[in-house]
Amino acid sequence: MEPQVLPAALAAHAPALLVMIPLIMSAPAAMIKNGRVAWVIAVLSVGAALAMALEVFLATRADGAIWSYAMGGWEPPFGIEYRIDALNAALLLLLGTTGFLALLFAGPSVADEISRGKRSLFYSAFLICFAGLSGVASTGDAFNLFVFLEISSIATYAIIAMGWRNDRQALTASFNYLVMGTIGATFFVIGVGFIYMTTGTLNMADQAQAIAAMNGNRAVEVGFAFILVGIGLKAALFPLHQWLPNAYAYAPNFVTTFLATTATKVAFYVIIRYSYDVFSVHTGFVSNAMIWVITPLAIAGMLVASTQALFQNNVRRLFAYSSVAQVGYMMLGLGMATSLGLTAGMIHLINHAMMKGALFMALGAFALSYGIRRIDDFKGLGQVMPVTSAAFTVGALSLVGVPFTVGFISKFYLIQAALDAGWWWAVAAILISSVIAVFYVYRILVAIWVTPPGESDKAAPKRVPLAIAVPLCVLVLANLVFGVYAEPIVSIARAAADAAVYGGVTP
Amino acid sequence: MVEIVAERFTYAVILVLMMVGLYAVIATGNLVKRMVGLSIFQTSVFLLYIATAKVFGGGPAIFDYDDLAYGTIPEDAIYANPLPHVLILTAIVVGVATLAMGLALVVRIREIYGTIEDDELSEIDHDDELKKGV
Repeated sequence: MEPQVLPAALAAHAPALLVMIPLIMSAPAAMIKNGRVAWVIAVLSVGAALAMALEVFLATRADGAIWSYAMGGWEPPFGIEYRIDALNAALLLLLGTTGFLALLFAGPSVADEISRGKRSLFYSAFLICFAGLSGVASTGDAFNLFVFLEISSIATYAIIAMGWRNDRQALTASFNYLVMGTIGATFFVIGVGFIYMTTGTLNMADQAQAIAAMNGNRAVEVGFAFILVGIGLKAALFPLHQWLPNAYAYAPNFVTTFLATTATKVAFYVIIRYSYDVFSVHTGFVSNAMIWVITPLAIAGMLVASTQALFQNNVRRLFAYSSVAQVGYMMLGLGMATSLGLTAGMIHLINHAMMKGALFMALGAFALSYGIRRIDDFKGLGQVMPVTSAAFTVGALSLVGVPFTVGFISKFYLIQAALDAGWWWAVAAILISSVIAVFYVYRILVAIWVTPPGESDKAAPKRVPLAIAVPLCVLVLANLVFGVYAEPIVSIARAAADAAVYGGVTP
Repeated sequence: MVEIVAERFTYAVILVLMMVGLYAVIATGNLVKRMVGLSIFQTSVFLLYIATAKVFGGGPAIFDYDDLAYGTIPEDAIYANPLPHVLILTAIVVGVATLAMGLALVVRIREIYGTIEDDELSEIDHDDELKKGV
């Protein structure tokens, strides 16, 4: 691969470095006592990973380009291969960008929520989580994928539990996530085992060839089912989402911001990789799974989770339920099993990261200034924190899908894809779910802007520090700019979907 | 019927272990017992991998290289597939890390809530939420 932005010596190993830098730097971050220094280390290493992701993204921009990196010089299919095409390159870039922005926001937010002695360990665990997610997104080896999945998950359990100082429910939420997450990961291993038993290989590209030759083999199909359920659990596919609302509601604000923008997306990517790349979506078994399993669950998730969100008083849990509904939108795009549908799913994946990033970051700013979480506490917030409230409002409107925001673009493409497939009932479900979203967002916005503030409690807020204001503004601007000028996101998503559907070759 | 089970005896054992583990995770309210169930469930998957690696009459893939060039194996050698063993070594490490993380959480929950029974925990959480007016 030609070096794009980095010096050639670094560029040649970019796929490995983008995982290894955060993983190795987690050790010094853990050894340093000073939380501020650990934060600087984390920012630098995630920044370096972002540069590598950009390099990888630019190098695989050409039609059908695949960057196959043999780890340690052991050639695939025997060695571990890092295989990057337009699909994972887009995901890696998203992961690096949102990780970097969230980490900037972490500086003041973590200093507020985590006790002094634990901060450097917290950043260390975060770096491990980030490395794990990048590893899942870049590896081309099924078992390697499992190990990275577990690396990121175990670190996630630890950083979610760190929210216990604000609310002790973080501990039980984290424990429930651990139990369900481990069952999901074990299901994934069972699935990989079945596929390994029949194909005799762990390299995903190699498996794809072997599977294409054994159409209708029951063991392989059972393997696919196990993988779908296991990763569906990690992706919070309805009804496997039970761990998500509490985990998001009680984790530290920074953790929620990071997880909401990345974790479920990476799991969603694994589902795409397996159902489109390793298995062919055109074989009867997988296309049946798409139409009869993924699509109904996606629509049920969109409607039920949105309705559940209506009845939440804790704002973060409300948006967590909304996240489950949004996963439903992405899954619906996947379930259509067409290039248009998958493009819509990828567009929503990227856009949802922007909206939820902005929303949870604004909630973090509110929490930093007032330590509030319930809708009742949001009364009159628009008068005392107008700028942050405005940012929150943009994110919320984007979530509903108001024109000139990215949310509108997502829904526009999703509805277009549904109409193209002739699925009028899916269009109806999208519209109903959007109307429900109007109601739950309306409740919060009315509390912020219309209801007068309570008597005493809103005195002299802490100023929102620059480290929160800057990433928040970047995300809000992205929401607006890409809502008007959607071409960059759409072309990235289309390239990613084509890479998945046609194996990287645009017809 | 008996023959079918007898031929697949290892798989039958693995299946039983798997269900025992999964049932323990779902049915028990004690968090430590839940971790035990999770471990049994994971271990059954390890056994599944190891069982598939076994080749009848095959031993470990270790050969005398006195009269062989380094890295070559005798042509008529029968040996078990070593790859699943390596995979499971990694998976065991992952399992131990998960168990450690889970037990650490249980210890913390015991310190802060004073109980590790699931129904009592949900009751306390429910009361907490009512107190906060959620």
